[in-house]
Amino acid sequence: MARFTLIVNGKQREVDVPPDTPLLWVLRDTLGLTGTKYSCGEALCGACTVHLNGNPIASCRYPISAVGGQTVTTIEGLSADGTHPVQQAWVELSVPQCGYCQTGQIMQAAALLEDNPNPSLAEVDAAMAGVLCRCGTYLRIRKAVQRAAELKSMVGGVR
Amino acid sequence: MKDQDFLYQIGLAPDEAETSDAASWEFSRRDFFKIGAAASGGLLLSMYWPSPASAKAGAAVFEPNVFVKIGTDGLVTFTSPECEMGQGSRTSLAVIVTDELDADWSMVRIEQAPLHEQYGAQWTGGSTSIRTRWNELRTAGATARAMLIAAAAETWRVDPASCTTDRGVVIHRASGRKLPYGELAEAAARLPAPTDVPLKDPKDFRLIGKPMGSVDIPAMTRGEAVFGFDLTLPGMRYAVIKRCPVFGGTVKSFDASGTEAVPGVLAVFEVQPTGRPFHVAAGVAVIAETTWAALKGREELDVDWEEGPHAAENSKTLSEQMHTLTETPGDVIFEKGNVVLDTEDVIQAVYEMPFLSHAPMEPMNCIAHVQGNRCELWAPTQNPAANRGAVARVLGIPAQNIHVNIIMTGGGFGRRLQSDYAIEAALLSKAVGAPVKVLWTRDDDLQHDFYRPANLHRLDAKLDANGYPEALRHRIASTSLAESSGGPDVENKHRSEVGGAADMRYRIPNRRCEFVNISAAIPRGAWRSVSNTFTAFAVESFIDEMAVAAGKDPYQYRRDLIDMSVKPDPDNPFSFDPARLKGVLDLAAEKAGWGKELPPGHGLGIACHYSFLTYAAEVIEASVEDGAVKIHRVVAAVDCGTVVNPDTGGSQVEGGIIDGLSVAFHQAITLRKGRVRQDNFHDYPLMRINEAPASIEVHFVPSDAPPTGLGEPVLPPAAPALANALFAATGKRIRTLPLAEFDWRG
Repeated sequence: MARFTLIVNGKQREVDVPPDTPLLWVLRDTLGLTGTKYSCGEALCGACTVHLNGNPIASCRYPISAVGGQTVTTIEGLSADGTHPVQQAWVELSVPQCGYCQTGQIMQAAALLEDNPNPSLAEVDAAMAGVLCRCGTYLRIRKAVQRAAELKSMVGGVR
Repeated sequence: MKDQDFLYQIGLAPDEAETSDAASWEFSRRDFFKIGAAASGGLLLSMYWPSPASAKAGAAVFEPNVFVKIGTDGLVTFTSPECEMGQGSRTSLAVIVTDELDADWSMVRIEQAPLHEQYGAQWTGGSTSIRTRWNELRTAGATARAMLIAAAAETWRVDPASCTTDRGVVIHRASGRKLPYGELAEAAARLPAPTDVPLKDPKDFRLIGKPMGSVDIPAMTRGEAVFGFDLTLPGMRYAVIKRCPVFGGTVKSFDASGTEAVPGVLAVFEVQPTGRPFHVAAGVAVIAETTWAALKGREELDVDWEEGPHAAENSKTLSEQMHTLTETPGDVIFEKGNVVLDTEDVIQAVYEMPFLSHAPMEPMNCIAHVQGNRCELWAPTQNPAANRGAVARVLGIPAQNIHVNIIMTGGGFGRRLQSDYAIEAALLSKAVGAPVKVLWTRDDDLQHDFYRPANLHRLDAKLDANGYPEALRHRIASTSLAESSGGPDVENKHRSEVGGAADMRYRIPNRRCEFVNISAAIPRGAWRSVSNTFTAFAVESFIDEMAVAAGKDPYQYRRDLIDMSVKPDPDNPFSFDPARLKGVLDLAAEKAGWGKELPPGHGLGIACHYSFLTYAAEVIEASVEDGAVKIHRVVAAVDCGTVVNPDTGGSQVEGGIIDGLSVAFHQAITLRKGRVRQDNFHDYPLMRINEAPASIEVHFVPSDAPPTGLGEPVLPPAAPALANALFAATGKRIRTLPLAEFDWRG
């Protein structure tokens, strides 16, 4: 066991876990942040996607000892009240079916829009290809990412 | 009511789905405690409890039936009896009740029912949720509305017939007086429930037929939706199991010393196999304080397996058997006329499809808490009654002592009709003396599934002078579901395998369907759309091959062949109507612009199929570019009667098509030396977003007919429509799935 100080969703958190524990299980089992999902355990499906310093990573393969002082953002911290443009677009277009992969999809999409505020369909496909959806919500995901880009630019305009 | 026929079709006898017979089970609990002495961990996580869909309604004083509660605050609580796994049924069921009740949708809350007899059959499969609850829930809503009207009429001393309602308010037409439902709830509760309350004329539906989203989506986008994997209980332990990789194998011995040295590991137990129908694998369970400790502990386990009698089973041998055994006659399942196929010009084709895994994104898991002869389950399940029956049998306790909480699932696809995960959790909780959550990893999931059967179809046909089939023989070889649950001596092994083929809807004067069972140890189970996944591929590909041989257009050929002499039963709105099948075929062709000029290298393919009482036709535009299949467009026409919620309904169509295409592209489970070779998404790939069609257009046939299935029936036409499109594009015929293995240069 070892003590780590993490910055998760803007808050400092102390955990005492084995250093090889993947970030995913620290988030879920130790911190109770269960919005980040387990599905493959080998960084093949993207269900466990969180942001590390704003970049999307597969938390199921990321040992807690490597997190250090980097900021961790999970679905619970993406917005204060579920109104991030990606979350809004997901609701507006009724994207999820079972919903299990969708927090990973949303985190991936949010990271994409930070990098590329107006992605083409090909860019959406390339950025989202790492996140599997067994229910087949892909066509709605494509539309929702572009809708989120629109919402985001509107918010930006007001600011 | 849900008919039991579906349970037979998926290889489960009804008493296996609902059983509560503890005495007939001969499970051996000897040697279960191999190490015992569960160390006492200091684990006590805070209680994290699901709030289904949304907040609970306040004081519910009016409960006219088990589905509807209305409080003095006007909040309406709908208790959904079905299991939610992404099909959106609990939203649609709430819409049905709300429309007849004429409540204000914004005042409706949804709760998940636990398993209880008062809700009727709660297994969720066979695309039955909406169809079988339609009348029941309309009546529940209409009856409650009539009682609220009666309560208002009594208050005003007027004739109930002079009153009406408008979104949660009773109105006296003549005077314009109004009373909201909340204020009438106490009075309505004192009234007797009327019988034979008339239901709405479909033209008066306010919500049914409107896109209503899904009540679960906002919580899902915030990460607040609670799946089984996310639940914890005070004092709960985590368990993972190292299962024998060979089906039917057992534990010879094991060394857990490395495991016990892992911090956080509390105990190690041997799990005895159950055999059929539950197929709990032999294994060694690691109980720990955290998921990671359990996983690390499992890595350190050293198990010596007794591989058992099936260690030589492999896919290649099964395939060879299917090829050989369909060269001679099988059991005749359907016969009409006299099938003579003795001429040189007989058209022949063989289609073959592999085992498939369900691979829901949320792997299997379940929490059990056994205390004495009582047990509580928190099960992400499609089949809570079967879970209860199975646990009762294995623990040897009465079924009425088992309470099942139905938890939202991260996908089902038929996998969660089984009970192995619930049995494991219950056995381990009993062993540990604490609540236990058993968690499956992805390799557990892919290697210990109840697989879609591997199957082969040998079709032979003779065309008449006009190019239409005069005689057709369809021989099916399959590793049947029925054998997997019922054993080698079970009767009617074909029942789970021939739907969609024996009852095919084309006019062929002389036709025979034969079946041969291929015995295998690998467990099989219902997989979204069951036999239709493969029969539709064989039938709809072969119809295309016959059209090509006859030099006819594949769309017109199907149109000509749909047997219009079949007349629907006017008293049964669910009876097959060939005009509706022709209707979707025409609609799909029209919307796709069938016959139009296509870009060079592109081809159009069409397929239609009737299953789960629903009519579906799909047209796909595809091409092969640099050896890679590209899907440009999918057009789907669906007649499922009334579409309750086109939003989630549309999702089911899009998702069903993606699922069908994903299977056609990629998926195969193969056996070697008695074990499954695939262990994660790198070797069992699902379709990814970059492979998905550029567009899927969904066209529902407008209808006032009662709703039929939707979760499954759109899947079967997808793969044959794709194969037919690829033939049109390239002249090459895909007869073996998945097509990823096809060599386009050959």
